[in-house]
Amino acid sequence: MSSSSTPAISITGLTKTFGTTRALDRLDLQVAAGEVHGFLGPNGAGKSTTIRVLLGQLRADRGSGELQLLGGDPWKEAAHLHRRLAYVPGDVSLWPTLSGGEVIDLLGRLRGGLDEARRADLLERFDLDPRKKSRTYSKGNRQKVALVAALSSDVELLILDEPTSGLDPLMENVFSECIQEERERGRTVLLSSHILSEVERLCDRVTIIKDGRRVESGTLADMRHLTRTSIDVVLDEPPRGLDLLDGVHDLRVDGTRARFDVDTVHLGDVLKHLGGYGVRTLNSQPPTLEELFLRHYRTDPVGAR
Amino acid sequence: MNDYKGTAALLRLALRRNRIIMPVWLLIFVVMAAGSASATIKLYPTASARAAAAQSSNASPALIALYGRIYDPANPGGLAMLKMTSLGALFVGVLMIVIVTRHSRAEEESGRLELLSAGVVGRRAPLTAAVLLAAGSSVVLGIVTALGLIGAGLPASGSVAFGLAWACTGIVFAAVAAFTAQLTESSRASTGAAIVVLAAAYVVRAVSDAGHGLQWLAWVSPMGWIAQIRPFGGNRWSVALIAVVFAVVATAAAYAVLARRDLGAGLVRPRPGRARARASLRSPLALAWRLQRASLSGWLAGFVVLGFVLGGVASSVGDVADTPAARDLITKLGGVPGLTDAFLATEVGMLAIVAAAYGIQAAARTRAEETGLRVEPLLATAVTRSRLLAGHVIVALAGTTVLMAGFGVAAGLSYGAGIGAVGRGVGQMLAAGIAQLPAIWVLTAIVVALFGIVPRVTGGGWVALVVFLILGEFGAVLGLSQGVMDISPFAHSPRLPGGDVAPAPLAWLCAVALVLGVAGFVGFRRRDIG
Repeated sequence: MSSSSTPAISITGLTKTFGTTRALDRLDLQVAAGEVHGFLGPNGAGKSTTIRVLLGQLRADRGSGELQLLGGDPWKEAAHLHRRLAYVPGDVSLWPTLSGGEVIDLLGRLRGGLDEARRADLLERFDLDPRKKSRTYSKGNRQKVALVAALSSDVELLILDEPTSGLDPLMENVFSECIQEERERGRTVLLSSHILSEVERLCDRVTIIKDGRRVESGTLADMRHLTRTSIDVVLDEPPRGLDLLDGVHDLRVDGTRARFDVDTVHLGDVLKHLGGYGVRTLNSQPPTLEELFLRHYRTDPVGAR
Repeated sequence: MNDYKGTAALLRLALRRNRIIMPVWLLIFVVMAAGSASATIKLYPTASARAAAAQSSNASPALIALYGRIYDPANPGGLAMLKMTSLGALFVGVLMIVIVTRHSRAEEESGRLELLSAGVVGRRAPLTAAVLLAAGSSVVLGIVTALGLIGAGLPASGSVAFGLAWACTGIVFAAVAAFTAQLTESSRASTGAAIVVLAAAYVVRAVSDAGHGLQWLAWVSPMGWIAQIRPFGGNRWSVALIAVVFAVVATAAAYAVLARRDLGAGLVRPRPGRARARASLRSPLALAWRLQRASLSGWLAGFVVLGFVLGGVASSVGDVADTPAARDLITKLGGVPGLTDAFLATEVGMLAIVAAAYGIQAAARTRAEETGLRVEPLLATAVTRSRLLAGHVIVALAGTTVLMAGFGVAAGLSYGAGIGAVGRGVGQMLAAGIAQLPAIWVLTAIVVALFGIVPRVTGGGWVALVVFLILGEFGAVLGLSQGVMDISPFAHSPRLPGGDVAPAPLAWLCAVALVLGVAGFVGFRRRDIG
């Protein structure tokens, strides 16, 4: 199935308005079968709205471009297409009186069955007690219930909306392993997130949206120019010539201390240069996605860059 | 006093959240009371006409059970406030229960209280604020109602006693709700428990008023105390003290439980559930049933108990005061010959309205599930929207059927046993209950239609029920035309046992319900979720 040539998700020119608010504005999104696709954007960019249109829960504006999910129409054929996909919502709400195990079974059966061995394995790996009533689960545990229900199903496409927002780092690792396995099994994954490192670790290709529009799409290698590292370094002597190096931005030199951002592709050259001045301490920080957006996609039409 | 820190701030927040709905509710109550008062005075302009009507009412066990006794036929207030004293108080009780639960257990269940209690908020503050809000509203309601009645022309002392009776009802059931809110983790269950106490209190009051030699029962029921204040019929002020003492004790009990439990927990610890779902839990209908079966069982128990009690009372009614004046009044009320039939038909009619409330609640559950984000994961599976909605609608329709049938069978058994004809009693009462279903389903269908087409106002089903109730109970008193009163589906239900059954109105009611229901399904298939 992974070798099938039809894309798992194909969206062109999708618009969705709520009253006067335009949540999605001619959005494009292409996800090929068999790939793990990162869907990035700051809060309120339209990630969840896109996903809910894909699930047939929201109706795209009339005459607003083309929309295909697993080769079908997500609005008209919703129930039929949903046999072939599993979904983890960003905000998992469960039935308070049902146990986690019951919820997993129910969602699996409504989709058309689940893999028993995988269910047991996932419960163990996510360290989830299926006998507890949903009312007593924490946010992270509710998310685990939804993840186990989705991952133990036998489907072609997984749609995950910020699935790790409530998980601790240990469980984030388990989640990453699971996604790697899904990739090996040839399943398609759409992973929405606002955590850049998570997407970098897991995804083959990435689409970035902001204000309901696609601003960037491609492989991570294509996106190298997006990633800058912030450096804060103290040297033996005041550095010279940093401003002449390629890829150095926002440089501030204060005696022997220098603070600047550097394009990740040029990081090696810059470090070599700094070595000449004797590095005492060096602090580097990957940029947050929010910073990237501020830097690259300011919405002002003047186009300062 | 540390326990109470932050109460004032929480009270202000609660007032802010209720600044529109609370005055509206209070206004509805006051207008109803004052409206009935001035309408009655116009309807029976002379003292002798009022006295005759009051005596007829006192001669009818059906009316006594439903509304209570008129203790002073000479006082115009007794007749004017007949429907308001106990039945009106019942709705005051419901309002205060809902308010206290909404601001205590519901806040806790939603997790919002966790956020607040991390601030400078004492342990007792949230519950205290909720109780103060309800008690304060009750007092305001009492004062404004008393002023309204005086303005409408009723005697001042009786009007104040009436206001006091309503205020006491509100305070008592606010305290009851404060206690039940401590018992379980679910606000649904705690509201339900408080309503059960309210309903039981009402039934005990009805039995004590209508039964023979059972007057003492009035003193074990909060609704009995309210009735025994006897506004416009003696104005026994001191009885109000019992209600206030009870409210203080119930609130103290609530605090005692509160001091012993964790935030978010109840007195009843939830047991661990099943690791695997039963094989039957595999459809939206099975899920809807699973979510609603506990509530339906509670309702059914209430209906069956009520059936036995009212059927028993009915069997002893026939030989009581069968005066021509009473006959005349009751015939005018429903056109049913025979006091017993009139009594039973009136009770079946009331129960139909209560069953309609169940139907509204059961159907509106879909909206609660949707706003609770629990519809999304289901619709992301191979479940169509129609199947999802059908699950809850089927529970609502089957549930109302079971309730009315359960009431009919229970009432028929105890009534039939009393008159020595069980088979006939059950047959009659079962038919009487079933005949109410089309009107009940119209209310269910209104909820479905609102949910499908304008989901934000799904709660409008309750508004419809209140409007129909007012039309049925007060339409004649308020001098509305028949055309207006016929808007209520209950106006078209046959009055059984004893009345005639015309198939055409029932068919029309079913058709209206069907059209509304289909409109709801079509609307739900076409709209956005959320």
